[in-house]
Amino acid sequence: MNPVLAAERLGRILPGEIPVTLVRDIDLEVERGEFLVIMGPSGSGKSSLLYLLGLLDTPTSGRVLLDGQDTSGYGEDQLANTRLRRLGFVFQFHFLLAEFTVLENVRLPMRRLGALDEETARHRAKDLLDQFGLRDHAHKHPHQLSGGQRQRVAIARALANDPMMILADEPTGNLDSHASANVQEILHNLTRQMGKTVVAVTHDLNFAGAADRRIGIVDGQIDLDWQM
Amino acid sequence: MSVQLAIAVTQLISRRRPTLVSLTGIALGVAFFLAVSSLMRGSERDFIKRLIDNSPHITVSDEYRHAQKQPVRERWPEGAIEVLRVKPLTEVRGIRGHGQKLAFIESLPGLRAAPVLVGSVVLTFAGRIEGVTLNGIIPEKMKGVSTIEEKLIHGSLEALATNPNGIAIGDGLAKKFGLEMGSVVNVSSPAGEVRTLKVTGIFHTGNVNYDDSQTFVLLKRAQGLLDRANRINRLILQLDDPYAAREAAAVIERRIGYKSLSWQESAEDLMSVLLVRNLIMYSVVAAILVVASFGIYNTISTIVMEKIQDIAILKSMGFHARDIRRIFLAEGLILGALGSLIGVTLGIGLMWLLAQVQIKPPGATEIVHLPIYWGWEQYLMAAGFALASAAGAAYLPARKAGQVQPVTILRGMA
Repeated sequence: MNPVLAAERLGRILPGEIPVTLVRDIDLEVERGEFLVIMGPSGSGKSSLLYLLGLLDTPTSGRVLLDGQDTSGYGEDQLANTRLRRLGFVFQFHFLLAEFTVLENVRLPMRRLGALDEETARHRAKDLLDQFGLRDHAHKHPHQLSGGQRQRVAIARALANDPMMILADEPTGNLDSHASANVQEILHNLTRQMGKTVVAVTHDLNFAGAADRRIGIVDGQIDLDWQM
Repeated sequence: MSVQLAIAVTQLISRRRPTLVSLTGIALGVAFFLAVSSLMRGSERDFIKRLIDNSPHITVSDEYRHAQKQPVRERWPEGAIEVLRVKPLTEVRGIRGHGQKLAFIESLPGLRAAPVLVGSVVLTFAGRIEGVTLNGIIPEKMKGVSTIEEKLIHGSLEALATNPNGIAIGDGLAKKFGLEMGSVVNVSSPAGEVRTLKVTGIFHTGNVNYDDSQTFVLLKRAQGLLDRANRINRLILQLDDPYAAREAAAVIERRIGYKSLSWQESAEDLMSVLLVRNLIMYSVVAAILVVASFGIYNTISTIVMEKIQDIAILKSMGFHARDIRRIFLAEGLILGALGSLIGVTLGIGLMWLLAQVQIKPPGATEIVHLPIYWGWEQYLMAAGFALASAAGAAYLPARKAGQVQPVTILRGMA
């Protein structure tokens, strides 16, 4: 079976007067249901790698295969469609839309995709919130929630269109230890109970402890690949 | 509601102050547009109404638009031999077969016609002499085509009809000659005829030149005086719809051959002045709206800048560049549409206020209202222009928002 995600000699150079190499010749295969953590010092290129794997950024060399499909020929719209249907993102900052309620935030990706009717979408969004203990907060606005709750809403939003993979960039970077443990548990459960693949970038050693596999990045290259 | 529209509406509602400021800008722009346009168009209509009322809508005269060519020229335009010093046939002056022609014109719907014989005569009274224009008319026909009856301050057209030796003159002429109702004047024509006529009507049109030089008598009397029995040299036409005069004149001229001059054609210089005036007015009021739309540009640019993270997250979750563009274009259009709606309401209020204004021009006896034009096309024009400038103003920030690369924003955040 194909790996759910594969990188082949992936490179990314920021053009400019002095070009900056963010990611250099990375080969990587991620299996379905795997909880993979990317670690590394600041500026090592781990976030840049995540953006490339998540089709947010386009590589200057090499390619990304998603479920065996080469994405290097995709146009901007096709990349956006792939992100909409198959990938979910969680960032260090929750990035919820401040003017919308929690429920509406979770529904946004569903409304854009338009595959579900309004009633079903609302149900699904409520179920997701329920799953993360946010049932009573559905009609609040993001600013009324704690940091941990917001991050859980962001995870629910990432799961809205039932993607096969969640990409998380420092998901616990802004949370206290209790909330961090909660988010870590949720992401872990996603792989175990829902069969999702999770790729997360982190500094947090505790968080990394729950992963199936850890990759260390230094100067844009894989320095260490440690299967638990 | 589409998700793009929902986002647009939410963003506008959450930013009340700038939204209200740009709405006010557009609304005031539309209202001023309407006030100025209704006033200018109103005064134009007023002007044209005076123009139309004081002169025939169409005048058919005994002239041809183009001098008629010699038959030999028509038959052999490239002939090798030229006959020199050929003069055109001497035409008897006047409209030939005017009975039939009048019947044809009267068969056209929505117009009335009156035959007139116009000529020059000399008026003498108590040693004073003045050349004037004599109009031979049929009073009952004249009533349908001219406002002259309303302008009579003494006497009536009926008096002219019953008294074959009656004459109606302007009050200017009456003052100059010291004539009153019932005074008797001598009228002599170039044909050598001399008649004594009695003043049975005095009119005042307000046009000094007209009141000084025009006189009206019965058609039969004019034909006798000018020695042109049974002839007329002019047909005066009045239309139910004065603006159809140009087309009607063309139809008539094609059919009867004589030159038919519509009021539009005879006032062509004035009409082009009015057109230029309208062009200037509309460019100025349109400029107001363009300036107002800068408010929209400002508001939407600010929203784009403030919401750049939202744009980045929307794009990362799979929104296309065009989805993002639509959000901000929709914001511009919502502002434009709402602003137009408020502006039209406000504009109608302003127009109503202007219509209440009363002025008394110096020297005039009546109080007049400012002429206001209420035509619906102005509202469409104002709203359409406001929407177009709003869309234009929103387009630039919307395009910029669509081009946001989420990675650039995310990198900046990390």
